[in-house]
Amino acid sequence: MLERGEVANSWRHERWDSFRLLTPNWQSRLPGHRYEGPDPDGYMTMAEVTAFIEGFAARSGAPVRTGADVTSVRRAGDGYQVTTGGGEFRCRSVVIASGACNVPVVPPFAGAVPGSVEQLTPFDYRGPAQLPDGGVLVVGASATGVQLAAELRRSGRPVTLSVGEHVRLPRTYRGRDVLWWMDASGVWDQRFDEIDDLTRARRLPSPQLIGTDERTTLDLNALTSMGVEPVGRLAAVRDGRALFSGGLRNVFSLADLKMERLLDTFDAWAREHGRDGEVGPPERFAPTRAPERARLQLDLRGGEIRTIVWATGFRPDYGWLDVPVVDEKGRLRHEGGVVDSPGLYALGLPVLRRRRSTFIHGIESDAREVIDHLATVTLAQRPGA
Amino acid sequence: MTTVANGVNVQALLDAREALKGAPEAAQFVWRASSKWQDGVHSTTRVKEFFGLGQEQEHKSEAVFDADHPEVFAAQDNGITPIEYLLIGLASCLTAGVASVAQNRGIQLRSVEAALEGKHDIRGILGVDSDVRNGFNDIKVTFTIDADASRQDIEALVAQSQKRSAVFDALTNPTDVTVEVA
Ligand SMILES: Cc1cc2nc3c(=O)[nH]c(=O)nc-3n(C[C@H](O)[C@H](O)[C@H](O)COP(=O)(O)OP(=O)(O)OC[C@H]3O[C@@H](n4cnc5c(N)ncnc54)[C@H](O)[C@@H]3O)c2cc1C
Repeated sequence: MLERGEVANSWRHERWDSFRLLTPNWQSRLPGHRYEGPDPDGYMTMAEVTAFIEGFAARSGAPVRTGADVTSVRRAGDGYQVTTGGGEFRCRSVVIASGACNVPVVPPFAGAVPGSVEQLTPFDYRGPAQLPDGGVLVVGASATGVQLAAELRRSGRPVTLSVGEHVRLPRTYRGRDVLWWMDASGVWDQRFDEIDDLTRARRLPSPQLIGTDERTTLDLNALTSMGVEPVGRLAAVRDGRALFSGGLRNVFSLADLKMERLLDTFDAWAREHGRDGEVGPPERFAPTRAPERARLQLDLRGGEIRTIVWATGFRPDYGWLDVPVVDEKGRLRHEGGVVDSPGLYALGLPVLRRRRSTFIHGIESDAREVIDHLATVTLAQRPGA
Repeated sequence: MTTVANGVNVQALLDAREALKGAPEAAQFVWRASSKWQDGVHSTTRVKEFFGLGQEQEHKSEAVFDADHPEVFAAQDNGITPIEYLLIGLASCLTAGVASVAQNRGIQLRSVEAALEGKHDIRGILGVDSDVRNGFNDIKVTFTIDADASRQDIEALVAQSQKRSAVFDALTNPTDVTVEVA
């Protein structure tokens, strides 16, 4: 196992200070390793996730070589040639587990933002104290964007939040964590080959959730109640002005409708499986409140906005992969983790084999199935084996 | 398969979507219109040819549109106001979207009607107040749909049709427009 940094590198170095998982502690399950602390319904801090992954590395005895940056993987004979800072390897098979979120995505028009406005990605952001006083434009309203918008607003700054398509969820539903429902009702077990539009499922933004002791909901209604101002999707920066889409109401209703359908599925599952007794009564939530008049543009030279935080998603980086298996969008071409090149595999990507693959606890069954293919197909074909 | 008949050939659209995935060049369309000044604020615009699927194409017949302004603008009212054409584009685009999405989702439509209202403060175009914009301040579309579906499903149709609408996008997002003298 080659790791360019340390064990749990992404958790140590690529998250902000107040970061907590949005999945509850009991859901952080790795093969033979689970949360054993006093608060199964709580949410791990960055230090806790790091310790959890380190604990797993120690317990599983994984042969990790840290500080081994892979700079190239090439096809060579019936296997691969792997180049690292510390030397070369030949192998029959490679499992790519380099993560789905190596680089923050920033839209091209970031280049047109006036120099007087500071720009940060979630990889640069540590906490509010690092920002100049004054207004902040947070672009993107998925998990990262809503969490940073709330924290920045609490620091006393005026916050404008640019909202595109998003996934709205309540933190708890009928008295249980909403992710308990995703897990128990089988939504997360849906397999990649059962999903109608897999490309879309794999690109689905993260849900508007935050892990706090109070288990509070952090949807757009919560944010507007805190004084965060929602505007439409950032469509362009032109002549020093940020231009926002006028389609805000529609992204609100798309998210409200989708949430309602999901809650309907939960209710139907509870009814059909005789679980109504263990949970509270069905709930429905107020529609997302649209501002009377959302702003369509903001003058970025006027001093109102001092900082832009790009919470516009992440992408994997395959710059080191010299095998033609990456599509024009920079995504790996694979069928449930079996990459389109003999002996090449992937793990740890969104909806790799199931909806739960996107999360830490998705790895157990994915790894078993992918490694099963590796053992029975790739290694079985070894000449003379 | 579905027995729903909304008159939309969804299979052809889905096939096109598949085919164009590997052929982005073929997906490049150019829509054209040519206009001619008549008199006063009256002009006539004709639409016939367009480019797409890698070659020149044309409509079955040429369409001719007169635009003018109403008498309250001291004009002749030989045709509707240019900004009203935007409402036509939006209404027909969203309606086409509703029909296509309904077909794809197996929802039988019986009637789809939309009422559109575009609020326009003409102090902008008259230069009375530079804080007033020239275009619509807001547009409201109200659909009345009779279909074999729940209210929730109908709302989802309308939401999805906006999500995939060319004209909704063109009106809600900025577009680069170049106007020059030949
Ligand atoms: C902001 C954010 C919040 C998240 N919150 C949650 C959550 O609350 N709950 C949850 O279950 N999941 C969450 N996830 C998803 C979670 O991060 C993934 O499910 C999980 O980290 C996948 O683990 P991984 O080991 O596959 O990838 P990563 O954790 O990304 O690890 C990949 C490793 O590969 C190394 N690497 C990359 N390239 C190379 C190279 N060329 N050479 C050598 N090493 C390399 C990296 O240093 C890194 O250590 C979140 C993700 C993000 C980005």
